[in-house]
Amino acid sequence: MTLVATPTLVHGSRSTRTTIALKILMAVSGIIFIAFVLLHMYGNLKAFAGHDAYNEYAEHLRTIGEPMLPYSGLLWILRVVLLGSLVVHVYAAATLWVRAKQARTTKYVMKKHTGAIFASRLMRWGGVTILVFLVWHLLNFTIGKVNVQGGATNDPYNLLVDSFEVWWLTLIYLVAMAMLGAHLHHGTWSALQTLGLTGTERSRTLAKRFAFTLAVIIAGGFSLVPIFVLVGVID
Amino acid sequence: MRLTLKIWRQADQQSQGAMHTYEVDGISEDMSFLEMLDVLNEELNAKGEEPIAFDSDCREGICGMCGLMVNGEAHGPEVTTTCQLHMRSFTDGETITIEPWRSSAFPVLKDLCVDRSAFDRIIQQGGYISVNTGSAPEAHSIQVPKEAADRAFDVATCIGCGACVAACPNGSASLFMGAKITHLGELPQGQAERDIRVVNMVGQHDAEGFGGCTNIGECTAACPKGIPLDVISQMNKDLRTAMRHGL
Repeated sequence: MTLVATPTLVHGSRSTRTTIALKILMAVSGIIFIAFVLLHMYGNLKAFAGHDAYNEYAEHLRTIGEPMLPYSGLLWILRVVLLGSLVVHVYAAATLWVRAKQARTTKYVMKKHTGAIFASRLMRWGGVTILVFLVWHLLNFTIGKVNVQGGATNDPYNLLVDSFEVWWLTLIYLVAMAMLGAHLHHGTWSALQTLGLTGTERSRTLAKRFAFTLAVIIAGGFSLVPIFVLVGVID
Repeated sequence: MRLTLKIWRQADQQSQGAMHTYEVDGISEDMSFLEMLDVLNEELNAKGEEPIAFDSDCREGICGMCGLMVNGEAHGPEVTTTCQLHMRSFTDGETITIEPWRSSAFPVLKDLCVDRSAFDRIIQQGGYISVNTGSAPEAHSIQVPKEAADRAFDVATCIGCGACVAACPNGSASLFMGAKITHLGELPQGQAERDIRVVNMVGQHDAEGFGGCTNIGECTAACPKGIPLDVISQMNKDLRTAMRHGL
């Protein structure tokens, strides 16, 4: 009868095969997403500058780098990088999720979560929610270009305004942004910690404050356009 | 004090366990939590019932042997070990739920006792320094900066009780490992084996079936020694350095 789970010492451990290596992959891909959503948010805020400025920005995204790059070249490079990051991020998360399940097969009858912020406990299901939203979002504005009001779909500004004039679409986006904000609140801090950048009490406090600020800026910045369309300021 | 206790009972590693309810009366608020269990066990003995098995040794909060999940918190509601938790932290008439540490790497041996040998094997993988022993060296021959000595000492207070694993939603032992890695990594004597230490310890940790860290922080809230989360950052940094060095 063995009393222990692994009665022997393992040999030949590799740094690249550890749970921490998976976490590093998650942190790096997450930081790529953070950079992307910041740029994306900046682009969205162009809606406040009006129809022409917004559409010009959208068109410029496709002509950027020409003639060195083909039309839409940079956009496609970004799409490949983002899709790669998504695969890495989801793979690492799923692997660690399964591991965590196996690490405690008998649940506690009673368990408190002292020391945990609510956002940290939302990471996994919140991440799934954001993934589902992402599929809808791409169908809405990129792949399908679905205009629920039946108007033009080849005019980015009009598609935006037509979409967010519909209250339930705005609601979906606001809920998604709340989830994204929570994900970034814990995720940004977690990424910095995983990369080993929070080795002192001071840097830990700063990282947590930075993560919260970034989450508010991104979730808030994205929410402005749908809200202002719904109330009729942008039309 | 009169208390209702809901306690996990399990005959041995192979058996199915279940929660059982007991009543105890005449508990003084100056008793420690383990003394309260001693009172219950004396009553069970007198009735000819099997007493409840739980671990304890020093009963002064320095050995790390005791450890119970009390009302959903590792070592109960105070920042201390279960043996240093006193009944004044509870109210008369309260129902207290008592469970063993839950981790696949810490199998339940009996009732509230778990096997924490997994921690010993993690230590065997590098939680030490290799030096020739002999007569004590001159204390000033290797100089240690005050800040480094202080940090090493603070994190060396980890007693390996396993509360971090018990509290962690992922069942990770990262706080424990981080404490050992930071303790030795702060000192000149720990440098020679620094890379191989982190790789081997984390490798053993993963093989034991502990989960990955998601930096939630329930471990540090449960730690009776208040080991801070930055030791996990230190461990991650050391692993990244080892990765760069090709280990």
